[in-house]
Amino acid sequence: MRKKLIKKISFTVIAGIFAIMFILPTVLTITNSFMTQTEITANYGKIFSNVKEKKSYISDKINLKFIPDKVSGSQYSSVLFKSPDYLFKFWNSVILVVPIVILQVSFACLSAYGFTRWRGRVRDIIFFSYVILMLMPYQVTLVPNFLVSEWLGILNTRWAIIFPGMFTPFSVFLITKFMRRIPKSLIESAKLDGSSEWQIFKNICLPQCKGAIFSTAMLVFVDYWNMVEQPVILLPDAAKQPLSVYLSVINSGEIGIAFAVAVIYMIPCLLLFLYGEEYLAEGIAYSGSVKG
Amino acid sequence: MKLINKKGSSVSRSSHNKKLFHKPGRDFLTSLGFTGPGFAGVLIFFIAPFAVVVYYSFTRGVLDHTFTGMQNYSNVVHNSAFQLAMRNTFKFTIAAVPLAVVLSLFLALLLEQKMFGKSQWRTFFLSPIMVPIASTILVWQVLFHSGGVINDFIAIFGVDKIDWLKSEYCLVVIVILFLWKNLGYNMILFMAALNNIPKTLLEAADVEGASAIHKFVHIKLRYLSPTILFVAILSIINSFKVFREIYLLSGDYPYDGLYMLQHFMNNMFRTLDYQRLSAAAVILALIMIGIIALLFVVENKFGKDIEG
Repeated sequence: MRKKLIKKISFTVIAGIFAIMFILPTVLTITNSFMTQTEITANYGKIFSNVKEKKSYISDKINLKFIPDKVSGSQYSSVLFKSPDYLFKFWNSVILVVPIVILQVSFACLSAYGFTRWRGRVRDIIFFSYVILMLMPYQVTLVPNFLVSEWLGILNTRWAIIFPGMFTPFSVFLITKFMRRIPKSLIESAKLDGSSEWQIFKNICLPQCKGAIFSTAMLVFVDYWNMVEQPVILLPDAAKQPLSVYLSVINSGEIGIAFAVAVIYMIPCLLLFLYGEEYLAEGIAYSGSVKG
Repeated sequence: MKLINKKGSSVSRSSHNKKLFHKPGRDFLTSLGFTGPGFAGVLIFFIAPFAVVVYYSFTRGVLDHTFTGMQNYSNVVHNSAFQLAMRNTFKFTIAAVPLAVVLSLFLALLLEQKMFGKSQWRTFFLSPIMVPIASTILVWQVLFHSGGVINDFIAIFGVDKIDWLKSEYCLVVIVILFLWKNLGYNMILFMAALNNIPKTLLEAADVEGASAIHKFVHIKLRYLSPTILFVAILSIINSFKVFREIYLLSGDYPYDGLYMLQHFMNNMFRTLDYQRLSAAAVILALIMIGIIALLFVVENKFGKDIEG
């Protein structure tokens, strides 16, 4: 018994050390958002000091500090009340990302059902082209995206990001993987009972894949919530750009409130995680092949 | 499932004969009804314009459609920036992807053991996914700046300051960032796959006195092989996304060791050098097709026996 307990404790310690290393940056972001702006500048200002601007900082070193000297909400109040810019950009993010996630996942469910129910050469070729597209770096797909947006005259509008986002093959691939795991007998018996394909899709496949669909939606959300490349090229109008672009370049003037903005930006992801972690953890028991 | 219970009656019996024996070709049409709308979008927004990109790559430019053969390609291939970017991207991928697979499998096996606080640790490992990119960058700068925390730490052992992002170690910094971000989700995938291994098989092995290593190699690895491939594919996708972080950490023209293919593409985008951009995009696409084909071959070789 004692030997078992020692083993259990030592495993806990090893896993704990790794796990804490993983969560430290998140904790740091949250605790530092409660520091005063002067304290932030004193700790991290050095990162942004150039030779050009001769500012003097309290210390020449970068201090990694977890606990604020004085807990203060001043960062939050300046973000929320003094600079409405951040809130506008936050809203920009929402109206870009939410339609993309909903539409991409809906199209993906339909496509995945098509890919699951029927086999054949044509299907294999189409699916293979999806896999290739999915693996392409943004910089490759951005070229065609840019060309199409130009032709359709939607460059520099939100649609230039939403349309390609709707049809991005990543979630088709993921959801097809999971739909394939639904036992064939289940579908066949529904068919014998006279269900139409649409009914089988709606009443059997969707509920069976709930976890997979939700976890896919989460991954797509997080991915687009942090997008930088697409808006920079397809939506150069700064007034329409999402907060992720705005946040990506923090300069020394804004370092004081950077952490509070980051925490505010993190909240939607955080809520999704708290709500959906079980789905993520259990809904994706994966089996099957790359070919789908 | 409700549907089956509701509709078990004679009404459906009459219709099912028709449905079961419909003509060949109808399957294809119905399938088109589901896959079609999505595929139309993919065709319009990805495949068709990509065909145009391929066409551009053989011409002199967007306005001048003179056919130039392989001229653009040889320009790109002989460009020293392209070669540098190619080398660096290759180095990064070859280091990061296998590490992402092996370490996440290690973490999944670790979390499989009996311990306290298992589900908390799992959440901790997943947490990097939700951290906004800006905070990631900030934290990495705090850690790896020349006056940063890591240098303070190694100074204890008498090691000199290293300007991490501007030294030969820069790739290490990025690999660590990549692993920190992606290990959690990969680990979850492995945990799910480990859960799916039939318990009876492992128990039978125990009865026959198989060692832990034997069980791992002959049972677990066999069952995990599709997941290993899946994680490898996801890691390749994500390895291309890490450019975002590199870009934000070091800008348009970073230290030589961090100059990636994506920098090359981005800079050409900025100068609107469409011909070379197209040629580079086609080259990248061909490389990806090669990698995928390789993965398929590997899967056909090893994945078959457990697919059932």
